Amino acid sequence: MSQAMDFLLWTKGPMFTIAMVIFAVGLLARLVEIFVLGRATNYAEPRANEWLPGFRTVLTRTVADPGTFERAPFNVVVGWVWHIGFLMALLLFIPHIELIKGVLGISWPGLANPVIDFFTAVTLLSLVATLVHRMAHPVKRHISTVEDYLVWTIVFLVVLTGYLAYHRLVSPYPLALGMHILCAEIFLIMLPFTKLTHIFTAFIARWYNGAAFGRKGVQS
Amino acid sequence: MATPTRPDKTLGESLQDHGLSRRGFLKLCAATASMMALPASMVPRIAAALEQAKRPSVIWLSFQECTGCTESLTRSHAPTLENLILDMVSLDYHHTLQAASGEAAEAARLTAMEANAGEYLVIVDGSIPGPDANPGFSTVAGHSNYDILMETVEHAAAVIAVGTCAAFGGLPQAKPNPTGAMSVMDLVKDKPVINVSGCPPVPMVITGVLAHYLTFGRLPELDGYGRPMAFFGQSIHDRCYRRPFYDKGLFAERFDDRGAKEGWCLYRLGCKGPTTYNACATMKWNSGTSWPIESGHPCLGCSEPSFWDAGGFYEPVSVPLTANPGTTLLTAGAVGAVVGGTAASVAKHRVKKANADRQPVTVEALEKTL
Repeated sequence: MSQAMDFLLWTKGPMFTIAMVIFAVGLLARLVEIFVLGRATNYAEPRANEWLPGFRTVLTRTVADPGTFERAPFNVVVGWVWHIGFLMALLLFIPHIELIKGVLGISWPGLANPVIDFFTAVTLLSLVATLVHRMAHPVKRHISTVEDYLVWTIVFLVVLTGYLAYHRLVSPYPLALGMHILCAEIFLIMLPFTKLTHIFTAFIARWYNGAAFGRKGVQS
Repeated sequence: MATPTRPDKTLGESLQDHGLSRRGFLKLCAATASMMALPASMVPRIAAALEQAKRPSVIWLSFQECTGCTESLTRSHAPTLENLILDMVSLDYHHTLQAASGEAAEAARLTAMEANAGEYLVIVDGSIPGPDANPGFSTVAGHSNYDILMETVEHAAAVIAVGTCAAFGGLPQAKPNPTGAMSVMDLVKDKPVINVSGCPPVPMVITGVLAHYLTFGRLPELDGYGRPMAFFGQSIHDRCYRRPFYDKGLFAERFDDRGAKEGWCLYRLGCKGPTTYNACATMKWNSGTSWPIESGHPCLGCSEPSFWDAGGFYEPVSVPLTANPGTTLLTAGAVGAVVGGTAASVAKHRVKKANADRQPVTVEALEKTL
C-alpha cells in the first residue's frame, strides 16, 4: 500500500464531508418527517396524563421485564453488553472525544485506553455471539432480512477496524486508521436509511407508546 | 595538508589516510550493522566490502529546497559516522559544498557522469517543477530542474531522494502547488529510487543507505513509499518513550499544564507520531541529544507524504480535515429539514386525498353484494 497516507487524508477530508452531509440530510429528513406527520388526532376524552406514563415506558421498555428476560435471556444480556461496550468506545475513547470536540466543539472526560480496549474486545465477542445466535435460532434466522445482516456487518467492521487500528495490527498505520474512519463513515451514511435510525428514534417511539397508554389510562 | 585523494582509492585506503585505525574501522562497521538492523555476523562482510569498495561518485542535485537537508548532514557533530562516510564518497557535484562555480561546476558534473557512467549515484534534494510546469520556476546554470534531473539520472546506478521535498514533493507541493512541484519518484521511473524523507531527514539514514549500497552493491529493503525499512519500518508512536502515557490515557492538553510538565503523551496537542514513520525516536538529533517529542513538541509528521496539507499541526490525528464542519453540518441539517418537511407535506396531502376519496361501506351495502 504505497498510497496509505493519501487514503487516510481522503477519508479524513472529502469523504468525511460527504458522509456528514448524507448523514445530516438523511437524518433530519427522517426526523422532520416523523414529527411533521404526527399521528391521527384522537378525539376520545383522555383518561389520564400522557407525559409521565411516556417516560415510564421509556424506562420499562429499556430495562427488560422478568418475563422477557426468562424467555430470551441471551437477547437481553448480550444486547445490553454490546450496546454499552459500543457506546463506551464511541463516546469515551480520547481520540473520539477529540474528534467530537473538533467537529461540534463540546467535550467531556474520557477513559484510559486499556479500559476502552477491554470493552471493545467484549463488544467484538458479543457481536460475534449475536450473529451466531441469529443464524442458529430457527425463528430469528427466518425473520432476518438482508438489512439485518448488512447492519450487523457495518457495526462489526467499525468496531473491528477500530480495534485493529488501536493495536496497530494492520501496517502501515495510516491504512488501518483510514479503514476505520471509512467504516465509520459508511455507518453514518447507512444510519438514516436503515434500522440504525433507532439510535435517534428508539426513545421517541417508546415515549409515544407510553403516552398513548397513559391517555387510555392503561398500565404503561 | 592532506595529500589529495586519488579518485580510484578504495574506501579502506581512504579511511587509513584519515588516520582511522583497524579497531576504529571495525567499530564503524559494527555501528553500521546495528544501525541497519543487520545481524552481528554481517560485520566481517561489511568490513571486507567497505575496505575493497571503490569510492562511488556522487552527484548531488539541489532543486526547490531550503538547504536544510544539507545543513542536517553537515552540521552533525564531528567526527561522526556520517562525516566519515561522506568523506569516503567522491562527492563530485554539490552546489553548496563544492568550491567550483559557474562553467567549472557544471563541467565537474558532466565529467563525473562520463567517467562513471552506469555507476554513479545521484542524490536529489528539493522538488522539481514538473514537465508541464513553467521551467522558469527553478533553474540552475540556465537549465530547468527537470532537464538537469533527467540528463543526470540517465546513466546513474540509482537515485537517492533526500528530504521530503525530493521524496514526496514536500513544502513546494503543498496546496495550491504554484510551481507544479513533483517528487523524484513521480518523474524517474526507470531507475531505482530510494526515498530518505524527513524535513530534514536524520543524517544517519543517508549514510546508512550509502554504507548498505557499498557493502551489498544494491539498495536496502524499502517500504511502500520507497524508504529504507531499517529506518522507516516503525512509527514514531511505536518507538516513542512517551508511549506508556498514551497507553495509560495520560495526556498533555495544553503546553503549560501538568501533563506537559510531567512529560505525558502529546496526542491531544496534535502529535502525528501515530501516522509517521521515521527513526527520530531511536536515533534522535544533534548527536543523540534529543528529538522534537523529547523537547516537548508534538511530531509534525514531516517524513510523510502531504504532511503540510494533512491537517493543522496542533489538531489531533483523529480530527477531520474539513475546515468548518459546523457550517457543513448546519447547512446539511437545514437541507434535511426542508427535504423532511416536503416529504411530510406530500404524505399529508396523500392522506387528505385518501380521506376525501373514501367511500364508506356499510354492513347493509356489503350484505347486498352477497
